[in-house]
Amino acid sequence: MKYFKYIFIIFFIFSLHQGHSQDNKLESKITKNLRCLVCQGQSVYDSDTEFANSLKLLIKNKLDEGLSEKQIYFYLKEKYGEWILFDPEFGKKTYFLWLLPLLLFLIGGAIIFKLFIIKKN
Amino acid sequence: MKKRFYPIVFTFIFIIFFIVFYKSLKNSNIYTPRIGINKEIPSFNAKQLNERKEVYSKEFFKKDEFYLINIWSSWCIPCREEHIFLKNLSNEKNLKIVGLNYKDKIKNAKFFLEDLGDPYDIIFLDPNGIIAIEWGAYGVPESYLVKKNMIVKKIIGPLSESSVIEIKRLIK
Amino acid sequence: MASLIGFNALIFGACSSLVIGFFSVINFRNPKKLDKKIIPLTFLQFIFVFVSFLGLIISFIASDFSNETVFNNSHTTKPLFYKISGTWGNHEGSLLLWLLVLTLFIFLFLLKSREQKLEYRLLTLLFQQIIIIGFFVFLLKTSSPFNYIYPIPDEGLGLNPILQDPALAIHPPVLYLGYVGTSIIFSSALSAMSLNYISKEWAKHIKVWVFTSWIFLTLGILLGSIWAYYELGWGGFWFWDPVENVSLMPWFALTTLIHCILVLEKRLLLKSWVIILSITTFTLSMSGTFLVRSGILNSVHTFANDPERGLFILIFLFSLIFLSLFIFFFFHNRETVYQNSFSLLSKETSILINNWFMMYFLSVVLVGTLYPIFLDVISSEKISVGPPFYHKLIVPFLIPFLLAMTIGPKLKWIKSGLSNKINLIIFFIISLSLSIFIVVNLEIKFLLNSILIAFIFYLFFISLSDLLVKRLNNLAQNMAHLGFSLFLLSIIFNSIFSNEVITNLKVGDTFQSEKFKIHFENLEQKKEKNFESFIGKFIIENTTGDTEIMMPELRIYNQPNIATSEAFIKTNIFTDKFMTMNLVQNKEYLNIRYQIKPFMLWIWLSILMIVSGGLISLFKK
Repeated sequence: MKYFKYIFIIFFIFSLHQGHSQDNKLESKITKNLRCLVCQGQSVYDSDTEFANSLKLLIKNKLDEGLSEKQIYFYLKEKYGEWILFDPEFGKKTYFLWLLPLLLFLIGGAIIFKLFIIKKN
Repeated sequence: MKKRFYPIVFTFIFIIFFIVFYKSLKNSNIYTPRIGINKEIPSFNAKQLNERKEVYSKEFFKKDEFYLINIWSSWCIPCREEHIFLKNLSNEKNLKIVGLNYKDKIKNAKFFLEDLGDPYDIIFLDPNGIIAIEWGAYGVPESYLVKKNMIVKKIIGPLSESSVIEIKRLIK
Repeated sequence: MASLIGFNALIFGACSSLVIGFFSVINFRNPKKLDKKIIPLTFLQFIFVFVSFLGLIISFIASDFSNETVFNNSHTTKPLFYKISGTWGNHEGSLLLWLLVLTLFIFLFLLKSREQKLEYRLLTLLFQQIIIIGFFVFLLKTSSPFNYIYPIPDEGLGLNPILQDPALAIHPPVLYLGYVGTSIIFSSALSAMSLNYISKEWAKHIKVWVFTSWIFLTLGILLGSIWAYYELGWGGFWFWDPVENVSLMPWFALTTLIHCILVLEKRLLLKSWVIILSITTFTLSMSGTFLVRSGILNSVHTFANDPERGLFILIFLFSLIFLSLFIFFFFHNRETVYQNSFSLLSKETSILINNWFMMYFLSVVLVGTLYPIFLDVISSEKISVGPPFYHKLIVPFLIPFLLAMTIGPKLKWIKSGLSNKINLIIFFIISLSLSIFIVVNLEIKFLLNSILIAFIFYLFFISLSDLLVKRLNNLAQNMAHLGFSLFLLSIIFNSIFSNEVITNLKVGDTFQSEKFKIHFENLEQKKEKNFESFIGKFIIENTTGDTEIMMPELRIYNQPNIATSEAFIKTNIFTDKFMTMNLVQNKEYLNIRYQIKPFMLWIWLSILMIVSGGLISLFKK
């Protein structure tokens, strides 16, 4: 039961970090989900371009105005196109994106099942 | 028949991959938003560069006039290059040129205009870059041609001779 | 001068490929010729490419701007170290490096495979020469590193400053060792397949290459993310950026192969699957090169691109794919020894489950990376696929994967029961309660997180106890699995407990938040050889009164004229403190980002631990 010692150490470390302001988290969650149009490939959160800095401020303002996360995404999608969202919505354009990996997973399972499990019985 | 099935399927799949990759070689990999045209203009409040009075966009933009919104800044080098085209357009009678001064120091902006001339009918201030985002811009310079409160044309990057010709054609 | 020698050496190397091919074909059944003639020839080829590479390095060191590659990527004021690393920091030089490693590896392969069948060695050599010739043609035709420019410029254009970095100087060579290693696996698998040579001995012999490539690939990826962590300046280390994904995909395939090759070695099962994986791994490595170099992908990591080059790699890549498809289906014969070969509860089953999930993760990354390209071509719609997509599809599947990873090693080949059931249950209860305790104390999504953390702890405790109890038995595997659990734990705790402050400060300003006080003491200017640097001094005081001095830096490079932000990182065993500052357009203040990132060091260490697992099994007799 020597592990308990380590467990306590870990607990101690965790208890040091407590209580995050919720707003800040939401703000960075949203900016992490947005792709910067200037240095394409980085998220707005990670980027330090003028555009990204303004966008961060705008999102803060919009949150203060009481817009929800989804409304902000919708607002930006209207302005810059779906490209700006890192998390593509499930829809006509993205059926395959979301379902193909899952489908391949099922096919893989089926192949394993067929080759190794049914054959034996 | 069954023996041939898999080779054919896989060959087919990889041929599709090849075609798609081949085609995408020619596409540009830089994204520019296409939307924003034929959209209603955003509403915003803004301070002005030369006057104290704050302007509310809904009161400012009249339905029967053409406006060219030009996002500029004194620190932006392409803005200097396009300035001559703006001056050219400022001679057009039925076009109002609206400047949106992007993240600039007022002193520098004024100096810039003294230096190169002022083609703008009115200049709004956008110290945080938020109004530019409302317009759907992501850099400087960008220009928007507005008619009946709708964006009819959007130019990303500096104006050029050809875009000036097109704007003149559109406002005829 | 050096360029000229390099260029000629390259042409001679290309010619030697043809000679080697010719000799291998006519001496297909003559064992003496191979060791006496062909091995020296491959050595000669390696020497040619080496001389060529050396020629390029010398041109870089001497700043010989009559060479186009040197002109485009170097500058006289650049430190010597980066002049040298600049050799492979560009497209042409990196291809030459690929070729160098290719010729080195085939030579080593021939040396190390003396006890294998002659036809097999020769056929592998032939397949490898096809790849080598492809690269020679590619280099000479579209991307020669030795183009001459006249008039000779006085000064070069310089190397992108974010690439002037020690981690990034060794990142490409290490990664290439991994990539090129997979080419040996590919050639060897194809030739073993066509000669019907797949056996336990073959598995044992190729296993060395599989492990070597895997170790280098893992280290290469690690170096890349360490670089991203401190140089891209935002404290992240993995962005699910296409260029990163492209290196992760062969890694998934290779990791699967590592597990499968063991089954093949011990039980002579999964023959065709091993072949498919070998082909897949190399194809993915090559596709990676294609996707990165052709500029199809839109990424943080910019590479100069040129459609003609893209087209060449594309055709080359698909020729190899179709060649291997043809060989596979032509020589493929169904395995016939399925009957009663193993029971449901056995090591084989658990490895199959591992394979199944690994392939799923691979397909997620593959689909996520390629889907935007396909959508764009088919419907000209442009979308982005970023971190949330990968997290949503991968994280839930980690749970069963972790379970298989925990229980699997406890099982024996063919058929087994679970011994020590009580132990397993006790550990599970400990892990679950531990994780629930952690999750309850934090305001995070409850269900998924608590289950996930529980299973990670479970793997952690079980492999730790195995490591301590069994010591040498299965050391490699326990190390790797323990490393993996530690890796996931560090990532999760890092993301949960990270803390950051973003603010704008002028010199003399103080920022006060609930947790810290940040005081901007001063800004010091320094002039270096190839850049100007501004070092800020910040004093950070936390609630307990401890102070810390952070000194992030801004650099303005003179050639090319680029500003970069150098993060200041204080690494501790449990947390990293990370600070960057950035210029803000036309404002007096600087944008400051201060982050506390727990367990960063453990992310790197755990990957090293996984790698050490690979090293142990490589050297274990």
